[in-house]
Amino acid sequence: MSDHAATAKTGGGALFTPFNIIAGVIVLIGLGLTVMRFTGGLAAVTNLTDYNPWGIWIAFDLLCGVALAAGGYTTSAACYIFGLKRYHGAVRPAILTAFLGYSLVVFALHYDVGRPWRLPFPIFLQQGTTSILFEVGLCVFIYLTVLFVEFLPVALEWQGWPRLRNLLVKLTMALTILGVILSTMHQSSLGALFLIAPSKLHPLWYSAYLPLFFFVSSIFAGLSMVIFEGSLSHRWLHHKMDQGHLDASVQVVLGFAKAASLVMFGYLILKVFGLAMDNRWHYLLTGYGVWFLVEILGFVALPCYLYALGAREKNLTLIRRTSVLAVLGIVVNRFNICLVAFNWQLSAADRYFPSLGEIGVSVFVVTVGLIAFKFITTRMPVFHEHPDYPDHH
Amino acid sequence: MNRRTFLGLLGAAGVSLGASSASHAASAADVKGLPDSGAVLFDATRCIGCRKCEEACNAVNELPKPAAPFSDLKVLDTARRTSDAAFTVVNTYHPAGAQAPVFRKIQCNHCLEPACASACFVKAFQKNESGAVSYDASVCVGCRYCMIACPFNIPTYEYNEALAPRVRKCTFCEPRLKEGKLPACVEACPKEALVFGKRREIIHIARARIMDNPGKYQDHIYGEHEMGGTAWMTISAAPFRELGMREDLGVETAGSYTAGALSAVPVVVGMWPVLLGGIYAVSKRKERIAEEEKREAVAEAIARASAEAEAKLSDELGKAEVANKRRIEVEVKKALEAAAQSQTSGEDKQ
Repeated sequence: MSDHAATAKTGGGALFTPFNIIAGVIVLIGLGLTVMRFTGGLAAVTNLTDYNPWGIWIAFDLLCGVALAAGGYTTSAACYIFGLKRYHGAVRPAILTAFLGYSLVVFALHYDVGRPWRLPFPIFLQQGTTSILFEVGLCVFIYLTVLFVEFLPVALEWQGWPRLRNLLVKLTMALTILGVILSTMHQSSLGALFLIAPSKLHPLWYSAYLPLFFFVSSIFAGLSMVIFEGSLSHRWLHHKMDQGHLDASVQVVLGFAKAASLVMFGYLILKVFGLAMDNRWHYLLTGYGVWFLVEILGFVALPCYLYALGAREKNLTLIRRTSVLAVLGIVVNRFNICLVAFNWQLSAADRYFPSLGEIGVSVFVVTVGLIAFKFITTRMPVFHEHPDYPDHH
Repeated sequence: MNRRTFLGLLGAAGVSLGASSASHAASAADVKGLPDSGAVLFDATRCIGCRKCEEACNAVNELPKPAAPFSDLKVLDTARRTSDAAFTVVNTYHPAGAQAPVFRKIQCNHCLEPACASACFVKAFQKNESGAVSYDASVCVGCRYCMIACPFNIPTYEYNEALAPRVRKCTFCEPRLKEGKLPACVEACPKEALVFGKRREIIHIARARIMDNPGKYQDHIYGEHEMGGTAWMTISAAPFRELGMREDLGVETAGSYTAGALSAVPVVVGMWPVLLGGIYAVSKRKERIAEEEKREAVAEAIARASAEAEAKLSDELGKAEVANKRRIEVEVKKALEAAAQSQTSGEDKQ
């Protein structure tokens, strides 16, 4: 009952809220771009060329999308495997974010690949097992299924299907471990994708450690995203949260900030190892070196320090602001590897810059995610416990 | 062990695997330069930039006719690359110290172990015995990872095609090879700058030209070993980098760069469940022990408290008893004294 009242308050009643108007305009633009893409080909919407076959639909929608959806496996692993029960309140929002994130990654890929209806081919028709992309595809496909099953109890509680819901909840542990395995593999494989092109990626970013960099950075990306997403939800969906969730969220912010800071510190050390192993120090004095340092110092070392400071002083505002910086840092890193430092030896005329159409589709994809997130959290027991299942802890 | 040390260990495992790259040895042993596969030698000292090869390629592959005719040699003034409308292009270079411009023909090099084939997640690319690296458009999803992977920037894409875009590249004229014909560009070359043969013979020819003309050529056959070796090879008077060719590609096959990461997969699949299960068991056990200890402590505290209370009570009771006794004694004494006193006073009165 209270759900229906809240729905009416948040949008069901007033159709022309600022959120709905802006989202509606973006969706309309997105639909227009969709028509252009599938009638005029990739050239009608993108700036992609033969030199630059991958643009922001890969750099942002795929690489950043998957990294920022890592909150699902980090949070559920912390809660269920490492036994940190006090983070339980963060699991459902994180699983939902991850499920939507991966769904959107797959959705966005339908724009990028030439013949999206063939996306099942590598899995069911002919397996290119030597390809890192095969590993990515297979893992993302299975993990999306896992996330769906992990999320399903929420929808079943909402719809009132207790028997199936209780059966699925029993699978939590197995699904969590499976999720960590699959995430380890495809998060690292997204970095490994670029191992095959040592002649194209700038030596400061190219490293045999690339898979490790991607995996470790996905951990703090996921943690930061949980904090960031939490602060947005608190602002806009506060009324949907029960006391248990609100009490736990402070613990989540402090704990995740500390964990993210530690993982970032480890990542920094790994980065130094990477430079030292390949003896790439001299590149630091070039233009690319300055940009590399901006990425490492400004978008990893700084948030690492600020998280630690925030956790020690219990400064929630500082931590929440830092999470924005950390999330941006992931975007900067993925863009650097996929676009900025890739094809670095080509002349400026042959380099890539995204078109408005590409940006439009990416904004459209994120907006679809926001709409789905809002739809689900205002109706289903994500930020609060369902009265019939109070003890899912 | 906490999570970070654990991740560190995992990383160490992955990296050591990457360094050893088990499949690398196997790939080199299997290939041995494919001596009997088809190959082509391009001799940059013989090319005159006439674009006859481009024209023949265009006709054989039924590609769209370019705006400027193939006889228009001004096209050579701008640097070009392969595209979905041109599987081969000739570019002009001006090496330092050279009297005349040098031309170089660009097309798919048909690697012995192609990066595109290694990268393709649907096995659309295949290295054939003919020497050709063929492409099967009927399974291609269009992810364009082959284009990312190719160290020579050869594969191109039909970006203008809405529903059935293909990757496009030189086919080595495989259909013609099957009919016993030469690749169209080789046949069209008026200066024999292109020679077709078995890879072993082609390498012999290239080496002979270098030996027979001391000082004329660079002492290197580009493609003999680059990226594990290619079917199309180049010899040149000018250093290869001055013809826009990468000299830093190395001799490893493209697949060897990803072999380490791929071989880490079974490690992750095998180790994570064991380790995570172990961590789960430990955290569960810790939880249980903590629970038990708590219960025990509580029970003990209760026991101690009740024992203490009992002791105190009995103590108090004892004390109270003593006090009572004393009080009674005192009272009795008092009463007796009082009685004695009243008796004496009564006696006094009498």
